[in-house]
Amino acid sequence: MTAAADRLDPGAGRSSDPRRGTFFLLSIPAVVGLALFLILPILFMVALSFRADLNGTLLAPFDPTLKQYDKLFATGSYWNLLGISTLIAFGVATIATLLAYPLAYFLAFRAGTRAGLYLILLLVPFWTSYLLRVMAWKLMLGEAGVINSVLLATGLIQHPLEALLYNRFSVVVTLVYVWIPFAMLPILAAMGRIDTRLHEAAADLYASPWQQLRRITLPLSLPGVIAAFFMVFIPTVGEYVTPLLVGGTGGTMYGNIVQAFFVQAANWPLGAALSVIMLLATLVLVIIGIRIVQPRRLLGQ
Amino acid sequence: MTAAVSPVRGKRLGGRSSGLRGYYWLMLALLYLPIVLLFIFSVNSNTTLSFPLKGLTIAWYTKLFATPNLLAAVGRSVVVALGASLIATVLGTMIALLLSRFDFRGKGLLTSMAILPLLVPYFVLAVALLILFRAIGVPLGLPTIAIGHAVIALPYTTLIVLARLIGFDRQLEDASMDLGASYPATLRLVIIPIAAPAIASAFITAFTVSFDEFALALFLAGKDPTFPVYLYGQLRFATTLPVLIATAVLLMAGSLTLILAANRIRQR
Repeated sequence: MTAAADRLDPGAGRSSDPRRGTFFLLSIPAVVGLALFLILPILFMVALSFRADLNGTLLAPFDPTLKQYDKLFATGSYWNLLGISTLIAFGVATIATLLAYPLAYFLAFRAGTRAGLYLILLLVPFWTSYLLRVMAWKLMLGEAGVINSVLLATGLIQHPLEALLYNRFSVVVTLVYVWIPFAMLPILAAMGRIDTRLHEAAADLYASPWQQLRRITLPLSLPGVIAAFFMVFIPTVGEYVTPLLVGGTGGTMYGNIVQAFFVQAANWPLGAALSVIMLLATLVLVIIGIRIVQPRRLLGQ
Repeated sequence: MTAAVSPVRGKRLGGRSSGLRGYYWLMLALLYLPIVLLFIFSVNSNTTLSFPLKGLTIAWYTKLFATPNLLAAVGRSVVVALGASLIATVLGTMIALLLSRFDFRGKGLLTSMAILPLLVPYFVLAVALLILFRAIGVPLGLPTIAIGHAVIALPYTTLIVLARLIGFDRQLEDASMDLGASYPATLRLVIIPIAAPAIASAFITAFTVSFDEFALALFLAGKDPTFPVYLYGQLRFATTLPVLIATAVLLMAGSLTLILAANRIRQR
């Protein structure tokens, strides 16, 4: 990354490039910062996952072993949980994207001159405390919460429903709620680039609004829809805070196991191996996502 | 709505929009409901967070300022967020300058590295940093949280500054250098001032990202918790909850003001 000062801009590539010094001045802190706080920690994590135990200091040499991975592969429950987390993330991403689509459609085509204001109104909750918004759902779903109180008051139920909180259902509901405004953004971006003259032409040719949606808007906004899906799906697989707060024992996700290994059980090498698996899973998803979405096309370049 | 020709985008789409409009307002109500709920419980005199409500009070807000642990945690969050956003903004600006103004081998790699923290699950980053700090013998505390937050704020700061740097007229730089300014002088006198609103906006964004962050902080906090970690620790104790919610409502108002300010500055 650094050994390239002679490859600066072709336009400025003279031997006495006036920007050469600046290039090093900028790249050294950037490279050192990224190496020290991003790459080095990940390398340490990978190294730790090949250790048999935590005896001695972490910097001491050790005989690499696949013990942790053997254990991990032999224990079905970890894979099970990874599968469940992926399924939850898939469900959350699908629901959030579907719910966000009409919102984006409204903002792009029907909100008129007030679209900017409507957009900001949607995004404001997204900028408020994550922890608190998740906690607010406890107040919604809890035994003496809003939903139960309303149902009890209207006489629809006699006893408060306990099945609303501390399970996978509450995790999915809370995550969908958190992600909707976020999922809407890439869809809106894709719709913003649709040439409205296409709609006009279609209308002139007597296409019904439904036909316009199916033949023009849907296909042209599809890259945004797929981007939205992945932008929710990828971070949700590795989520652990929401299940920690509203998931209870039934709503545990993969990240919670890792958190327990580091905070409570102190089996760091196994926790590191589990994290490495999650990192690999995430990178695979990112690569698949980039292949499908093709960000360059989405950015309209 | 008739299909009258109108300069307003979308007016000619025809069809009824009342259904969509209704859907928008319904979703908006659902999105705000939990936040409104928090506010209601912050002025409700009952200690348990349940219905029916009892009566109006501002006791929780006054009690908040008489809870030293709580105020200390908020103070720590401010310190951590200032440190994290300072690191993230400086590094992000440097990376944005490199990506927008220079061609070099490894540019793709640098871009990926700067974006990576946005994609990797926070617990993975937290685990990696925790292992590093333990390996090199750095005790957990506010600096370790700040470093973690700087890492996750880096993609935001880089992208915000980069957007501005890509957007402005390169000829201004050429003019500056044609008039005899060295490149560092051009950077200092032309590029940085033009990017200043984006840099300020990046700083504020990083600040709000860090201030509210819990997933990494839980791993990297030592004995002294930041506000979200303190909040999490207190969730078990029902009696302190209204005070915490009152604090959160105040902080929400504060961070919202900051975000809106950041947007204002960026749009200048």
